[in-house]
Amino acid sequence: MSEAQEQRTIRCLVGKVGLDGHDRGAHVIARAFRDAGFEVIYSGLHKAPEEVVQAAVQEDVDVLGLSILSGAHNTLVPKIMDGLEEYGAKEDTLILVGGIIPDEDRDELLDLGVSRIFGPGASMDEIVDFIRENAPERQ
Amino acid sequence: MTELIENLLDGDHRALARTITKIEDRAPGYRDLVSQLHEHTGQADVIGITGSPGAGKSTLVDKMAEEYRDRGLTVGVIAIDPSSPFTGGAVLGDRIRMASNTGDMDVFFRSMSARGSLGGLSTATTDAVKALDAFGKDKVIIETVGAGQNEVDIVRMADTVAVLVPPASGDDVQMLKAGILEIADLFAVNKADLDGANRTVQELREMIEMRRDELAVATGHHGAVEKTSPGGGGADEETDDEPSWSPSIVETVAKRGEGLGELLSILDDHREYLVSSGQLESKARDRYAAEIRTLLREDSAELLAEEIEARGGIEGFVDRVLDRETDPYAVADDLLDPVVECVESKRD
Repeated sequence: MSEAQEQRTIRCLVGKVGLDGHDRGAHVIARAFRDAGFEVIYSGLHKAPEEVVQAAVQEDVDVLGLSILSGAHNTLVPKIMDGLEEYGAKEDTLILVGGIIPDEDRDELLDLGVSRIFGPGASMDEIVDFIRENAPERQ
Repeated sequence: MTELIENLLDGDHRALARTITKIEDRAPGYRDLVSQLHEHTGQADVIGITGSPGAGKSTLVDKMAEEYRDRGLTVGVIAIDPSSPFTGGAVLGDRIRMASNTGDMDVFFRSMSARGSLGGLSTATTDAVKALDAFGKDKVIIETVGAGQNEVDIVRMADTVAVLVPPASGDDVQMLKAGILEIADLFAVNKADLDGANRTVQELREMIEMRRDELAVATGHHGAVEKTSPGGGGADEETDDEPSWSPSIVETVAKRGEGLGELLSILDDHREYLVSSGQLESKARDRYAAEIRTLLREDSAELLAEEIEARGGIEGFVDRVLDRETDPYAVADDLLDPVVECVESKRD
């Protein structure tokens, strides 16, 4: 492993928030991140927003990927954003959303601070590249 | 003092998390951070939990943390998972089991990966424990898979080490012989509701007694050795003045919290034993000595690597060794001599 890699390893939290039990996508993403050389923490199913916030803060992740297929994104994402803000973690965490997000809801999520929404059909390479390019600089 | 450390000492979770990140990344300036932490450490009770994959470590740690919280204590957990030697990537899965403490920020749970760096992990873990200690955690739990020297080194840093053994794991008990038996202060036969638990307890008891006999022969204390009482022992009533500790065995079902009370009280007993026997201090001394040595080894290796670069790189030396112009020992002496001279002239 090269010196540079050792110095800076991208840490990601893959979070399943809310009541949908569809975690195939989250598993596939977690594996892809691992194979890209990231350290991945998987939250497990059915997590409350506070739990995801707690994990993101304590693990000090660079990237928070939220998988939501329940349609409750307009409720869940703002709660998570507020929680991250409370702990001063919103600024330097790259927040991504994956799953089923209707077009008309996208702008609102992006306004809240979500960096990018990856829907069905997004390729792994695309997501991994996006993270590599946009992982926040840390102080 | 840097702002980050000030915030950490003030109880800012984010600052604690970021400090551990810097420690893990060995980011520029991390050494200063750890130096500043040191004077605030020494209060936490550090517990190491190890055992084969699937033994139930994470589940047990979760229940332990919950119980400690009920007693009004704060808890820090460092869970170490292996990383891929090829990509460096890792899926750190221990957090999923932490179901009892979600939303409770006073349980600070941090996943760490082995990051494939030789020896570096134990340094990083030691430093992360310091961060949790300085933050004011009463109990710090280190959780790691107990396979290989690296993990044994890590767990050694704990004041008290519990080894989890699943039932009917003849092979695992075999594995334990290779180094883990010596470091265990307590064995928990977890998943004790499964078949084979009794046998595993029996096997462990035999191993412990065999080891006690060996030790007794080695130290000549034949009469002083007593058999472990059934159901685990704790501190022995010995005829000698010196209190001694023989590993206890406890049966647990971590999932349902069975045996948890007994486990925790043995951990407390061990802590008490460490204090009363003076072992706590001598362990700390050993640990700091090892830490100083490790740091020096790393630093001097780095210094010499720079020296090699300054003299044209390792390849040039290798060429001359290959051509039989010189040999590795001579090269090492050659490189080291100026350092030795310099150190000698500056010693006073």
